[in-house]
Amino acid sequence: MSRKLVELAKTIRSKNAGTDRITFDIIFRERENYELVKRSGALTRQTVAKLYGITEDRICDFVEFDPAFAIKFTISRLEPSGSAGETDIFGCQQYPPLLDVEIKGA
Amino acid sequence: MQKEQLRIICPNGHLGFAPTKEESFWIGAKTFPDYYCCDSGSDDIGPGPLGSDTCASHYDWQKHDLELMLRAAREQKVPMMIGSCGDTGTNSRVDRYIEMIKSLAKQHSMDPFKLVYFYSEVDKDYLLKKMKAGVPIEGLDSRPNLTIEELEATDRIVAVAGVHPFIKALQMKADVVLGGRSSDAAIFAAAAIFEGFPENNAYYLGKVLECASFCAEPYGAKESVIGTITQGDVKVTAMAPFQRCTIASVAGHAMYERTNPYYEYFAGGHLDMRDCRYEQFDERTTRITGSRFVPIQGKVKVKLEGSAKVGDRYVGIVGVRDPYTIRNIDKVIDWARSQVQERFSGKNYKLHYHIYGKNGVMGDLEPIKEIRSHELCIVVEGVAPTKEMAQEVTMIGARQIFYARLPEVKGTAGTAAFVLDEVLQATPAYRWTLNHVVPVDDPMELFTVKEMTINGKEG
Repeated sequence: MSRKLVELAKTIRSKNAGTDRITFDIIFRERENYELVKRSGALTRQTVAKLYGITEDRICDFVEFDPAFAIKFTISRLEPSGSAGETDIFGCQQYPPLLDVEIKGA
Repeated sequence: MQKEQLRIICPNGHLGFAPTKEESFWIGAKTFPDYYCCDSGSDDIGPGPLGSDTCASHYDWQKHDLELMLRAAREQKVPMMIGSCGDTGTNSRVDRYIEMIKSLAKQHSMDPFKLVYFYSEVDKDYLLKKMKAGVPIEGLDSRPNLTIEELEATDRIVAVAGVHPFIKALQMKADVVLGGRSSDAAIFAAAAIFEGFPENNAYYLGKVLECASFCAEPYGAKESVIGTITQGDVKVTAMAPFQRCTIASVAGHAMYERTNPYYEYFAGGHLDMRDCRYEQFDERTTRITGSRFVPIQGKVKVKLEGSAKVGDRYVGIVGVRDPYTIRNIDKVIDWARSQVQERFSGKNYKLHYHIYGKNGVMGDLEPIKEIRSHELCIVVEGVAPTKEMAQEVTMIGARQIFYARLPEVKGTAGTAAFVLDEVLQATPAYRWTLNHVVPVDDPMELFTVKEMTINGKEG
Protein backbone atom coordinates (compact mmCIF):
# COMPACT_ATOMS: atom_id res chain seq x y z
CA MET A 1 0.00 0.00 0.00
CA SER A 2 1.21 3.46 -0.76
CA ARG A 3 -0.34 6.90 -1.00
CA LYS A 4 0.83 10.23 -2.25
CA LEU A 5 1.97 12.96 0.13
CA VAL A 6 -0.80 15.25 -1.14
CA GLU A 7 -3.38 12.83 0.30
CA LEU A 8 -1.75 12.77 3.73
CA ALA A 9 -0.63 16.37 4.36
CA LYS A 10 -2.81 19.37 5.24
CA THR A 11 -0.36 21.94 3.91
CA ILE A 12 2.52 21.65 1.45
CA ARG A 13 4.14 25.00 0.70
CA SER A 14 7.34 26.80 -0.22
CA LYS A 15 8.36 30.38 0.49
CA ASN A 16 11.41 32.62 0.68
CA ALA A 17 13.29 32.50 3.96
CA GLY A 18 15.21 35.73 3.57
CA THR A 19 16.89 36.70 0.32
CA ASP A 20 19.10 33.66 -0.15
CA ARG A 21 16.97 30.65 0.74
CA ILE A 22 13.67 28.94 0.03
CA THR A 23 12.00 26.96 2.79
CA PHE A 24 9.52 24.11 2.38
CA ASP A 25 6.83 23.14 4.94
CA ILE A 26 4.86 19.89 4.95
CA ILE A 27 2.24 20.06 7.71
CA PHE A 28 -0.12 17.30 8.83
CA ARG A 29 -3.46 17.54 10.58
CA GLU A 30 -3.11 14.21 12.39
CA ARG A 31 -0.17 12.93 14.38
CA GLU A 32 -0.62 9.49 12.76
CA ASN A 33 0.07 10.75 9.24
CA TYR A 34 2.99 12.84 10.46
CA GLU A 35 4.58 9.86 12.21
CA LEU A 36 3.86 7.63 9.24
CA VAL A 37 5.65 9.94 6.81
CA LYS A 38 8.56 10.37 9.21
CA ARG A 39 8.89 6.58 9.56
CA SER A 40 8.54 5.92 5.83
CA GLY A 41 11.90 7.50 5.00
CA ALA A 42 10.33 9.12 1.94
CA LEU A 43 11.32 12.62 3.08
CA THR A 44 14.96 12.96 4.03
CA ARG A 45 17.81 15.21 2.97
CA GLN A 46 18.77 12.55 0.43
CA THR A 47 15.33 11.99 -1.12
CA VAL A 48 14.58 15.70 -1.32
CA ALA A 49 17.94 16.45 -2.96
CA LYS A 50 17.26 13.72 -5.50
CA LEU A 51 13.73 14.97 -6.19
CA TYR A 52 14.94 18.49 -6.98
CA GLY A 53 18.10 17.36 -8.73
CA ILE A 54 20.41 19.25 -6.38
CA THR A 55 23.41 18.32 -4.29
CA GLU A 56 22.77 17.66 -0.59
CA ASP A 57 24.93 20.57 0.46
CA ARG A 58 22.27 22.95 -0.90
CA ILE A 59 19.87 21.68 1.77
CA CYS A 60 20.89 23.90 4.66
CA ASP A 61 18.29 22.69 7.16
CA PHE A 62 16.05 19.66 7.57
CA VAL A 63 13.84 19.66 10.68
CA GLU A 64 11.03 17.48 12.01
CA PHE A 65 8.92 19.92 14.03
CA ASP A 66 6.74 17.93 16.41
CA PRO A 67 4.66 20.81 17.87
CA ALA A 68 3.13 21.47 14.44
CA PHE A 69 3.28 17.90 13.06
CA ALA A 70 5.50 19.30 10.36
CA ILE A 71 8.54 18.44 8.28
CA LYS A 72 10.54 21.39 7.09
CA PHE A 73 13.58 21.78 4.91
CA THR A 74 15.37 24.74 3.39
CA ILE A 75 17.46 25.03 0.27
CA SER A 76 19.95 27.72 -0.71
CA ARG A 77 19.24 29.67 -3.88
CA LEU A 78 21.93 29.88 -6.56
CA GLU A 79 21.16 33.60 -6.96
CA PRO A 80 19.46 35.86 -4.37
CA SER A 81 15.71 36.38 -4.81
CA GLY A 82 14.69 38.87 -7.48
CA SER A 83 17.98 38.80 -9.40
CA ALA A 84 17.77 39.08 -13.19
CA GLY A 85 16.57 35.72 -14.50
CA GLU A 86 14.39 35.12 -11.41
CA THR A 87 11.60 32.61 -12.02
CA ASP A 88 9.78 32.81 -8.68
CA ILE A 89 10.47 35.96 -6.69
CA PHE A 90 8.55 34.77 -3.59
CA GLY A 91 9.73 31.17 -3.91
CA CYS A 92 6.14 30.06 -3.41
CA GLN A 93 5.71 27.75 -6.44
CA GLN A 94 8.60 25.38 -5.78
CA TYR A 95 6.66 22.78 -3.77
CA PRO A 96 4.59 20.94 -6.43
CA PRO A 97 7.06 18.07 -6.97
CA LEU A 98 6.44 17.13 -3.31
CA LEU A 99 2.72 16.51 -3.93
CA ASP A 100 3.34 13.23 -5.74
CA VAL A 101 5.95 11.76 -3.40
CA GLU A 102 4.88 8.16 -2.71
CA ILE A 103 4.60 7.19 0.96
CA LYS A 104 4.90 3.45 1.42
CA GLY A 105 2.83 1.79 4.15
CA ALA A 106 0.13 4.43 3.97
CA MET B 1 1.92 51.31 37.16
CA GLN B 2 2.48 47.82 35.77
CA LYS B 3 -0.42 46.62 33.65
CA GLU B 4 -1.62 43.07 34.34
CA GLN B 5 -1.89 42.39 30.65
CA LEU B 6 -1.23 44.21 27.40
CA ARG B 7 -3.25 43.70 24.23
CA ILE B 8 -1.84 44.57 20.78
CA ILE B 9 -3.76 44.42 17.52
CA CYS B 10 -2.02 43.61 14.23
CA PRO B 11 -4.19 44.32 11.18
CA ASN B 12 -1.85 43.30 8.37
CA GLY B 13 1.35 41.32 7.86
CA HIS B 14 2.67 43.87 5.36
CA LEU B 15 0.77 47.14 5.62
CA GLY B 16 -0.19 48.50 2.21
CA PHE B 17 0.92 45.50 0.15
CA ALA B 18 -2.74 44.46 -0.10
CA PRO B 19 -5.46 46.39 1.74
CA THR B 20 -6.37 45.49 5.32
CA LYS B 21 -9.76 43.81 5.63
CA GLU B 22 -11.94 46.30 7.48
CA GLU B 23 -14.54 44.11 9.19
CA SER B 24 -12.13 42.17 11.39
CA PHE B 25 -10.12 45.35 12.04
CA TRP B 26 -13.15 47.16 13.50
CA ILE B 27 -14.18 44.06 15.47
CA GLY B 28 -10.73 44.17 17.04
CA ALA B 29 -10.71 47.94 17.48
CA LYS B 30 -14.00 47.80 19.41
CA THR B 31 -12.29 45.67 22.09
CA PHE B 32 -9.98 48.66 22.85
CA PRO B 33 -6.48 47.22 22.30
CA ASP B 34 -3.62 48.95 24.13
CA TYR B 35 -1.50 49.36 20.98
CA TYR B 36 -1.99 49.37 17.21
CA CYS B 37 1.14 47.89 15.59
CA CYS B 38 2.08 46.77 12.10
CA ASP B 39 5.10 46.27 9.87
CA SER B 40 5.01 47.60 6.34
CA GLY B 41 8.07 45.94 4.85
CA SER B 42 9.47 42.76 3.42
CA ASP B 43 12.50 41.55 1.53
CA ASP B 44 10.17 39.28 -0.46
CA ILE B 45 9.63 42.02 -3.00
CA GLY B 46 13.14 41.62 -4.35
CA PRO B 47 16.04 44.08 -4.43
CA GLY B 48 14.47 46.54 -6.91
CA PRO B 49 12.49 48.82 -4.57
CA LEU B 50 15.39 49.24 -2.13
CA GLY B 51 17.91 49.87 -4.91
CA SER B 52 15.76 52.34 -6.80
CA ASP B 53 14.17 53.84 -3.63
CA THR B 54 10.61 53.15 -4.72
CA CYS B 55 7.62 51.29 -3.28
CA ALA B 56 6.23 47.91 -4.29
CA SER B 57 2.86 48.83 -2.77
CA HIS B 58 0.17 51.16 -4.05
CA TYR B 59 -0.04 54.64 -2.49
CA ASP B 60 -3.80 54.41 -1.91
CA TRP B 61 -3.55 51.04 -0.16
CA GLN B 62 -0.81 52.29 2.14
CA LYS B 63 -2.87 55.35 3.03
CA HIS B 64 -6.01 53.25 3.48
CA ASP B 65 -4.29 50.99 5.98
CA LEU B 66 -2.67 53.89 7.84
CA GLU B 67 -6.03 55.65 7.99
CA LEU B 68 -7.75 52.71 9.69
CA MET B 69 -5.06 52.46 12.34
CA LEU B 70 -4.66 56.21 12.86
CA ARG B 71 -8.39 56.84 13.27
CA ALA B 72 -8.81 54.04 15.79
CA ALA B 73 -5.61 54.80 17.71
CA ARG B 74 -6.29 58.55 17.97
CA GLU B 75 -9.94 58.09 18.93
CA GLN B 76 -8.91 55.70 21.69
CA LYS B 77 -5.78 57.72 22.62
CA VAL B 78 -3.41 54.74 22.44
CA PRO B 79 -0.08 54.43 20.60
CA MET B 80 0.27 53.31 16.99
CA MET B 81 3.59 51.98 15.70
CA ILE B 82 4.58 51.19 12.11
CA GLY B 83 7.87 49.63 11.07
CA SER B 84 9.55 49.39 7.66
CA CYS B 85 7.62 52.27 6.12
CA GLY B 86 6.87 51.92 2.41
CA ASP B 87 8.13 48.32 1.90
CA THR B 88 11.85 49.05 2.23
CA GLY B 89 12.11 51.40 5.22
CA THR B 90 14.39 53.88 3.43
CA ASN B 91 14.41 57.52 4.60
CA SER B 92 12.26 58.67 1.69
CA ARG B 93 9.65 56.01 2.52
CA VAL B 94 9.48 57.21 6.16
CA ASP B 95 8.98 60.75 4.84
CA ARG B 96 6.22 59.49 2.52
CA TYR B 97 4.36 57.99 5.50
CA ILE B 98 4.86 61.17 7.55
CA GLU B 99 3.12 63.11 4.76
CA MET B 100 0.27 60.58 4.70
CA ILE B 101 -0.18 60.86 8.48
CA LYS B 102 -0.21 64.68 8.25
CA SER B 103 -2.77 64.58 5.47
CA LEU B 104 -4.98 62.11 7.35
CA ALA B 105 -4.78 64.16 10.56
CA LYS B 106 -5.95 67.21 8.64
CA GLN B 107 -8.68 65.30 6.82
CA HIS B 108 -10.10 64.09 10.14
CA SER B 109 -9.36 67.36 12.04
CA MET B 110 -7.41 65.46 14.67
CA ASP B 111 -6.24 67.05 17.91
CA PRO B 112 -2.48 67.56 18.20
CA PHE B 113 -0.39 64.43 18.72
CA LYS B 114 3.28 63.57 18.88
CA LEU B 115 4.83 61.75 15.95
CA VAL B 116 8.22 60.12 16.52
CA TYR B 117 10.04 58.70 13.54
CA PHE B 118 13.41 57.17 12.86
CA TYR B 119 15.61 56.67 9.83
CA SER B 120 17.62 53.53 9.25
CA GLU B 121 19.56 54.10 6.04
CA VAL B 122 23.25 53.37 6.47
CA ASP B 123 25.96 55.49 4.95
CA LYS B 124 28.45 53.49 2.91
CA ASP B 125 31.34 55.47 4.45
CA TYR B 126 30.29 54.33 7.91
CA LEU B 127 30.70 50.70 6.85
CA LEU B 128 33.86 51.42 4.90
CA LYS B 129 35.47 52.94 8.01
CA LYS B 130 34.51 49.90 10.07
CA MET B 131 35.88 47.54 7.43
CA LYS B 132 39.13 49.47 7.16
CA ALA B 133 39.44 49.26 10.95
CA GLY B 134 39.25 45.47 10.60
CA VAL B 135 35.64 44.98 11.72
CA PRO B 136 34.17 42.08 9.72
CA ILE B 137 30.72 42.66 8.19
CA GLU B 138 29.60 39.06 8.53
CA GLY B 139 27.47 37.40 5.87
CA LEU B 140 24.22 35.69 6.87
CA ASP B 141 22.83 32.47 5.41
CA SER B 142 26.25 31.21 4.27
CA ARG B 143 27.14 34.44 2.47
CA PRO B 144 30.80 35.45 2.58
CA ASN B 145 31.73 38.55 4.58
CA LEU B 146 31.21 41.87 2.81
CA THR B 147 34.00 42.99 0.50
CA ILE B 148 34.86 46.59 -0.31
CA GLU B 149 34.03 45.96 -4.00
CA GLU B 150 30.52 44.74 -3.13
CA LEU B 151 30.02 47.69 -0.79
CA GLU B 152 31.07 50.12 -3.51
CA ALA B 153 28.74 48.51 -6.05
CA THR B 154 25.78 48.91 -3.67
CA ASP B 155 23.26 51.69 -4.26
CA ARG B 156 21.42 51.74 -0.94
CA ILE B 157 21.66 50.07 2.49
CA VAL B 158 19.22 49.90 5.39
CA ALA B 159 19.80 48.60 8.90
CA VAL B 160 17.06 46.40 10.35
CA ALA B 161 15.98 47.87 13.69
CA GLY B 162 15.38 45.74 16.74
CA VAL B 163 13.33 46.95 19.71
CA HIS B 164 15.69 49.82 20.60
CA PRO B 165 14.41 52.77 18.48
CA PHE B 166 10.78 51.80 19.17
CA ILE B 167 11.38 51.74 22.94
CA LYS B 168 13.18 55.08 22.62
CA ALA B 169 10.16 56.50 20.77
CA LEU B 170 7.79 55.32 23.50
CA GLN B 171 10.06 56.84 26.17
CA MET B 172 9.67 60.13 24.25
CA LYS B 173 5.89 59.69 24.75
CA ALA B 174 5.13 59.11 21.09
CA ASP B 175 1.50 58.80 20.02
CA VAL B 176 2.46 57.61 16.55
CA VAL B 177 5.78 55.96 15.60
CA LEU B 178 6.96 55.60 12.00
CA GLY B 179 10.04 53.45 11.64
CA GLY B 180 12.67 52.85 9.00
CA ARG B 181 13.48 49.23 8.18
CA SER B 182 12.55 47.10 11.18
CA SER B 183 12.45 43.53 12.30
CA ASP B 184 8.67 43.03 12.17
CA ALA B 185 8.46 41.15 15.46
CA ALA B 186 10.49 43.83 17.27
CA ILE B 187 7.71 46.43 16.89
CA PHE B 188 5.35 44.38 19.06
CA ALA B 189 8.12 43.19 21.40
CA ALA B 190 9.17 46.80 22.00
CA ALA B 191 5.70 47.80 23.18
CA ALA B 192 5.54 44.85 25.57
CA ILE B 193 9.06 45.41 26.93
CA PHE B 194 8.39 49.13 27.38
CA GLU B 195 5.26 48.23 29.38
CA GLY B 196 7.27 46.01 31.73
CA PHE B 197 6.63 42.52 30.36
CA PRO B 198 9.43 39.94 30.22
CA GLU B 199 11.52 39.60 27.07
CA ASN B 200 10.83 35.85 26.99
CA ASN B 201 7.17 36.51 26.24
CA ALA B 202 7.53 39.88 24.52
CA TYR B 203 9.59 38.54 21.63
CA TYR B 204 7.26 35.60 21.17
CA LEU B 205 4.31 38.01 21.12
CA GLY B 206 6.01 39.82 18.25
CA LYS B 207 6.87 36.61 16.48
CA VAL B 208 3.28 35.36 16.49
CA LEU B 209 1.65 38.70 15.60
CA GLU B 210 3.92 39.94 12.83
CA CYS B 211 2.06 38.28 9.95
CA ALA B 212 -1.42 39.10 11.32
CA SER B 213 -3.94 36.38 10.33
CA PHE B 214 -1.29 34.03 8.90
CA CYS B 215 -1.26 32.49 12.41
CA ALA B 216 -5.00 31.68 12.08
CA GLU B 217 -7.02 29.19 10.09
CA PRO B 218 -8.63 28.73 7.65
CA TYR B 219 -6.20 30.57 5.39
CA GLY B 220 -7.14 34.21 4.83
CA ALA B 221 -4.64 37.06 4.72
CA LYS B 222 -5.00 40.69 5.84
CA GLU B 223 -7.38 39.94 8.71
CA SER B 224 -6.70 41.33 12.19
CA VAL B 225 -5.45 39.34 15.18
CA ILE B 226 -4.93 40.44 18.78
CA GLY B 227 -2.07 39.26 20.97
CA THR B 228 -2.28 39.42 24.76
CA ILE B 229 0.80 39.27 26.95
CA THR B 230 0.98 38.74 30.72
CA GLN B 231 3.96 38.04 32.98
CA GLY B 232 3.43 34.33 32.38
CA ASP B 233 2.07 33.73 28.88
CA VAL B 234 1.08 34.93 25.42
CA LYS B 235 -2.37 34.46 23.91
CA VAL B 236 -3.35 35.13 20.32
CA THR B 237 -6.93 35.54 19.10
CA ALA B 238 -8.35 35.76 15.58
CA MET B 239 -10.71 38.70 14.98
CA ALA B 240 -12.23 37.60 11.66
CA PRO B 241 -15.48 35.74 12.35
CA PHE B 242 -14.44 32.89 10.03
CA GLN B 243 -11.00 32.37 11.59
CA ARG B 244 -9.58 30.75 14.72
CA CYS B 245 -6.12 30.63 16.21
CA THR B 246 -5.55 26.92 16.82
CA ILE B 247 -2.58 25.03 18.19
CA ALA B 248 -1.89 23.82 14.67
CA SER B 249 -2.18 27.23 13.03
CA VAL B 250 -0.06 29.00 15.65
CA ALA B 251 2.63 26.32 15.85
CA GLY B 252 2.59 26.08 12.06
CA HIS B 253 3.17 29.80 11.78
CA ALA B 254 6.29 29.56 13.94
CA MET B 255 8.06 28.03 10.97
CA TYR B 256 6.68 30.30 8.25
CA GLU B 257 9.34 32.07 6.15
CA ARG B 258 12.25 30.96 8.28
CA THR B 259 14.87 28.30 7.97
CA ASN B 260 14.38 26.83 11.41
CA PRO B 261 11.17 26.83 13.48
CA TYR B 262 12.97 26.87 16.83
CA TYR B 263 15.02 30.06 16.59
CA GLU B 264 14.39 33.66 15.56
CA TYR B 265 17.21 36.21 15.50
CA PHE B 266 17.03 39.90 16.45
CA ALA B 267 19.42 42.76 17.04
CA GLY B 268 20.44 41.86 20.59
CA GLY B 269 19.71 38.16 20.84
CA HIS B 270 17.52 35.32 19.71
CA LEU B 271 14.24 33.72 20.62
CA ASP B 272 14.43 30.04 21.52
CA MET B 273 11.12 28.28 20.84
CA ARG B 274 12.25 24.71 21.50
CA ASP B 275 10.29 24.43 24.74
CA CYS B 276 7.15 26.25 23.61
CA ARG B 277 3.87 24.74 24.80
CA TYR B 278 0.67 25.44 22.92
CA GLU B 279 -2.84 25.11 24.43
CA GLN B 280 -6.28 25.85 23.03
CA PHE B 281 -7.41 28.61 25.45
CA ASP B 282 -10.84 29.21 23.96
CA GLU B 283 -12.42 28.57 20.59
CA ARG B 284 -10.56 31.40 18.82
CA THR B 285 -7.50 31.69 21.06
CA THR B 286 -4.28 29.75 21.54
CA ARG B 287 -2.09 30.19 24.61
CA ILE B 288 1.70 29.85 24.37
CA THR B 289 4.20 29.44 27.20
CA GLY B 290 7.83 28.39 27.45
CA SER B 291 9.56 30.65 24.90
CA ARG B 292 12.91 32.08 25.98
CA PHE B 293 14.87 35.13 24.84
CA VAL B 294 18.63 34.60 24.88
CA PRO B 295 20.62 37.87 24.85
CA ILE B 296 23.66 37.92 22.57
CA GLN B 297 27.08 37.47 24.17
CA GLY B 298 29.30 40.38 23.22
CA LYS B 299 28.36 43.19 20.88
CA VAL B 300 24.87 43.61 19.44
CA LYS B 301 24.82 42.72 15.74
CA VAL B 302 22.44 44.61 13.47
CA LYS B 303 21.27 43.14 10.18
CA LEU B 304 21.88 45.09 6.98
CA GLU B 305 20.09 44.87 3.63
CA GLY B 306 21.68 46.31 0.51
CA SER B 307 20.87 46.43 -3.19
CA ALA B 308 22.93 47.23 -6.28
CA LYS B 309 21.83 48.08 -9.81
CA VAL B 310 22.82 45.50 -12.40
CA GLY B 311 21.48 47.25 -15.48
CA ASP B 312 18.46 48.43 -17.44
CA ARG B 313 15.96 45.79 -18.48
CA TYR B 314 13.43 44.95 -21.15
CA VAL B 315 11.17 41.92 -21.56
CA GLY B 316 9.63 40.34 -24.63
CA ILE B 317 6.81 37.79 -24.81
CA VAL B 318 6.85 35.05 -27.44
CA GLY B 319 4.48 32.14 -28.14
CA VAL B 320 5.34 28.89 -29.90
CA ARG B 321 2.72 26.38 -31.15
CA ASP B 322 4.49 24.31 -33.82
CA PRO B 323 5.19 20.84 -32.30
CA TYR B 324 8.47 20.43 -34.18
CA THR B 325 9.68 23.81 -32.93
CA ILE B 326 8.58 22.92 -29.38
CA ARG B 327 10.57 19.67 -29.52
CA ASN B 328 13.59 21.63 -30.64
CA ILE B 329 13.09 24.66 -28.41
CA ASP B 330 16.58 24.45 -26.93
CA LYS B 331 18.10 24.71 -30.41
CA VAL B 332 15.83 27.66 -31.17
CA ILE B 333 17.00 29.46 -28.04
CA ASP B 334 20.63 28.67 -28.86
CA TRP B 335 20.10 30.25 -32.28
CA ALA B 336 18.55 33.40 -30.79
CA ARG B 337 21.35 33.67 -28.23
CA SER B 338 23.96 33.31 -30.95
CA GLN B 339 22.40 36.20 -32.87
CA VAL B 340 22.57 38.47 -29.80
CA GLN B 341 26.14 37.35 -29.20
CA GLU B 342 27.07 38.18 -32.79
CA ARG B 343 25.75 41.73 -32.39
CA PHE B 344 27.13 42.40 -28.89
CA SER B 345 30.25 40.24 -28.78
CA GLY B 346 32.49 41.28 -25.90
CA LYS B 347 29.83 43.59 -24.42
CA ASN B 348 28.42 43.26 -20.94
CA TYR B 349 24.82 42.05 -21.12
CA LYS B 350 22.61 39.30 -19.72
CA LEU B 351 19.92 37.42 -21.58
CA HIS B 352 17.48 35.13 -19.76
CA TYR B 353 14.84 32.87 -21.32
CA HIS B 354 11.87 31.82 -19.18
CA ILE B 355 10.19 28.98 -21.06
CA TYR B 356 6.68 28.42 -19.66
CA GLY B 357 5.47 24.96 -20.58
CA LYS B 358 8.97 23.62 -20.01
CA ASN B 359 10.52 24.91 -16.78
CA GLY B 360 9.51 28.57 -16.60
CA VAL B 361 8.53 28.42 -12.92
CA MET B 362 11.16 26.14 -11.44
CA GLY B 363 14.15 26.43 -13.75
CA ASP B 364 16.82 23.90 -12.84
CA LEU B 365 14.78 22.64 -9.87
CA GLU B 366 12.08 21.29 -12.23
CA PRO B 367 12.10 17.47 -12.08
CA ILE B 368 9.89 17.08 -15.17
CA LYS B 369 12.38 17.26 -17.99
CA GLU B 370 10.24 16.54 -21.06
CA ILE B 371 7.85 19.13 -22.52
CA ARG B 372 4.22 17.99 -22.19
CA SER B 373 2.51 21.13 -23.42
CA HIS B 374 1.18 21.79 -26.93
CA GLU B 375 2.25 25.42 -26.70
CA LEU B 376 4.99 27.40 -24.98
CA CYS B 377 5.24 30.94 -23.73
CA ILE B 378 8.74 32.35 -23.69
CA VAL B 379 9.54 35.47 -21.71
CA VAL B 380 12.79 37.00 -22.88
CA GLU B 381 14.58 39.16 -20.31
CA GLY B 382 17.50 41.31 -21.44
CA VAL B 383 19.71 43.35 -19.09
CA ALA B 384 22.41 45.76 -20.23
CA PRO B 385 24.22 48.91 -19.07
CA THR B 386 21.94 51.28 -21.05
CA LYS B 387 18.26 51.28 -21.93
CA GLU B 388 19.02 51.35 -25.63
CA MET B 389 21.26 48.32 -25.44
CA ALA B 390 18.86 46.42 -23.16
CA GLN B 391 16.08 47.06 -25.66
CA GLU B 392 18.15 45.82 -28.57
CA VAL B 393 19.44 42.75 -26.72
CA THR B 394 15.88 41.80 -25.83
CA MET B 395 14.52 42.59 -29.27
CA ILE B 396 17.08 40.43 -31.03
CA GLY B 397 16.66 37.71 -28.41
CA ALA B 398 12.89 37.64 -28.99
CA ARG B 399 12.64 38.25 -32.72
CA GLN B 400 15.24 35.66 -33.62
CA ILE B 401 12.91 33.00 -32.18
CA PHE B 402 10.71 33.98 -35.15
CA TYR B 403 13.63 33.47 -37.54
CA ALA B 404 14.98 30.27 -35.97
CA ARG B 405 16.68 28.04 -38.55
CA LEU B 406 15.43 24.50 -38.04
CA PRO B 407 16.04 22.13 -40.96
CA GLU B 408 12.60 20.48 -41.15
CA VAL B 409 10.28 23.27 -40.07
CA LYS B 410 7.10 23.44 -42.16
CA GLY B 411 6.12 26.96 -41.16
CA THR B 412 8.66 28.94 -43.12
CA ALA B 413 6.82 32.22 -42.61
CA GLY B 414 7.84 32.45 -38.96
CA THR B 415 8.25 30.13 -35.96
CA ALA B 416 6.90 32.40 -33.25
CA ALA B 417 3.65 34.18 -32.36
CA PHE B 418 3.90 37.63 -30.77
CA VAL B 419 1.40 39.31 -28.48
CA LEU B 420 3.10 42.55 -29.45
CA ASP B 421 5.85 43.00 -31.97
CA GLU B 422 7.82 45.02 -29.47
CA VAL B 423 9.71 44.59 -26.23
CA LEU B 424 8.56 46.24 -23.04
CA GLN B 425 10.63 48.33 -20.70
CA ALA B 426 10.75 46.78 -17.23
CA THR B 427 12.18 48.18 -14.02
CA PRO B 428 15.97 48.05 -13.90
CA ALA B 429 17.52 44.85 -12.59
CA TYR B 430 19.01 44.95 -9.10
CA ARG B 431 20.58 42.31 -6.89
CA TRP B 432 20.79 41.84 -3.13
CA THR B 433 24.37 42.67 -2.21
CA LEU B 434 23.96 42.83 1.56
CA ASN B 435 22.40 40.23 3.80
CA HIS B 436 24.95 40.78 6.53
CA VAL B 437 25.34 41.94 10.13
CA VAL B 438 27.42 44.75 11.60
CA PRO B 439 28.55 44.67 15.24
CA VAL B 440 27.77 47.92 17.10
CA ASP B 441 28.76 49.43 20.45
CA ASP B 442 25.36 51.07 20.88
CA PRO B 443 22.24 49.52 19.30
CA MET B 444 21.02 53.08 18.54
CA GLU B 445 24.08 54.18 16.57
CA LEU B 446 22.51 53.28 13.21
CA PHE B 447 19.14 54.91 13.89
CA THR B 448 18.33 58.62 14.03
CA VAL B 449 15.20 59.34 16.08
CA LYS B 450 13.26 62.60 15.56
CA GLU B 451 9.93 63.99 16.65
CA MET B 452 7.29 66.48 15.54
CA THR B 453 3.85 67.57 16.63
CA ILE B 454 1.02 67.09 14.18
CA ASN B 455 -2.08 69.22 14.56
CA GLY B 456 -4.94 68.26 12.28
CA LYS B 457 -6.83 71.42 13.17
CA GLU B 458 -4.14 73.79 11.87
CA GLY B 459 -3.68 75.17 8.37
